[in-house]
Amino acid sequence: MEMDLTTPLKTDDLKDLKIGDQVFITGTIYTARDTAHKRLVELLANGDKIPFDPQGQIIYYVGPAPAPPGRPIGSAGPTTSYRMDPYAPELLDAGIKAMIGKGPRDQSVIDSMIKNKAVYLAAVGGAAVVIANSIKESKIIAYEDLGPEAIREMKVENFPCIVANDIYGNDIYRTEVEKYKR
Amino acid sequence: MREIDVKEIIPIVKKLCIDSNFYIGKDVISKIKEFKTKEESPIAINVLNILLKNYELAEKENMPICQDTGVAVCFVELGQNIHLVGGDFTEAINEGVRQGYKEGYLRKSMVDDPVIKRINTKDNTPAIIYTEIVPGDKLKITVAPKGGGSENMSEVKMMKPADGITGVMDFVVDRVARSGGNPCPPIVVGVGLGGNFEQSALLAKRSLLRSLTEKNPDQKWAEVEAEILKRINDLGIGPQGLGGRTTALGVHILSKPCHIASMPVAVNIQCHAARHKSAII
Repeated sequence: MEMDLTTPLKTDDLKDLKIGDQVFITGTIYTARDTAHKRLVELLANGDKIPFDPQGQIIYYVGPAPAPPGRPIGSAGPTTSYRMDPYAPELLDAGIKAMIGKGPRDQSVIDSMIKNKAVYLAAVGGAAVVIANSIKESKIIAYEDLGPEAIREMKVENFPCIVANDIYGNDIYRTEVEKYKR
Repeated sequence: MREIDVKEIIPIVKKLCIDSNFYIGKDVISKIKEFKTKEESPIAINVLNILLKNYELAEKENMPICQDTGVAVCFVELGQNIHLVGGDFTEAINEGVRQGYKEGYLRKSMVDDPVIKRINTKDNTPAIIYTEIVPGDKLKITVAPKGGGSENMSEVKMMKPADGITGVMDFVVDRVARSGGNPCPPIVVGVGLGGNFEQSALLAKRSLLRSLTEKNPDQKWAEVEAEILKRINDLGIGPQGLGGRTTALGVHILSKPCHIASMPVAVNIQCHAARHKSAII
């Protein structure tokens, strides 16, 4: 099935999504990867506000290439998600409704997605130009010192992803792989 | 004795950094197309089509194929009749990397200290350089940008000679199985056999420079490669780990003699963006 999603997300927007569905995201998304996650979770642990309102938002695991002249951003495919697993449940508890990355998630993250009714979307790793073409604006909103790891607010149109974990605990990395195993 | 001014090397390395990141090898494209005809999963076919479209767009729009434009790994074959003049050879390569990553708008992915500080060096240096002295008076430089996602799934194992070829194959297949979708399959699996601890790893990395359409010249290893490839593609991992029959595009083995007590085995995993470009001076 193909579905369009517009941010911010509500549980209602996610309840019909099933693993394997192709989704196209339009709206605002936020980028964060390794060190940014560490900082965000430290802020949450201290009861402080993070640099953006997490309610219903999407975090995209990416460290983009610099923007060439005339473009809002350089190549911008997903990074591997398992490195963010230790931090993801805290961010989902804070209101994040979807994560975009590549590769399977830990059971603790899957459990947190069930609890918070959130989803994990797989973007195609290495399809960095295809994805960059769906990013219309990008600006750094925090942690500029981290270079490619800074937090960016991006405006996207029809950003392509595949549902990898739905809100019911289904995991594409288990069920689809099992189908093609010999 | 032929003299080469190291300053000549700078623009060449710069161009290799940019070209390798923008233009994928024809071997990767032809292998993906070949596997696509045999692929059974509709999700996998969709992903392979997106990858092919992405290579095309990268070339047309002069953008890096992947945002992870990698560590600049440089293989140098230096003819022994060459005298390098005009400055520091290593610094010349680093300057080429610096200029290439800046002018190509490539991502700077190096941190200075690996554990404590991890501050970005902001110019993607230092490069990782391997220099081999060879007969002749030519200088060959290969730049092979290597991404972090696939490198993180690599491993060296000091196996027992008694583990034999079965042990080697089991280890390689298991390493790929444990990697799942993380290294951006379809992958290329570089296998280094023998030497010692560090040489096996370098053999594995160097094996990735072989074209995917080229067979291993040693028939014995060509057969082992084919068997490992079949077992890997029977794992069902598929492109991006989303299931399917296309997990690896190729397995490449390089081997060297080793100690009577040892059997080092290294697996270096390469994502589908198997990038490398060479120049001969």
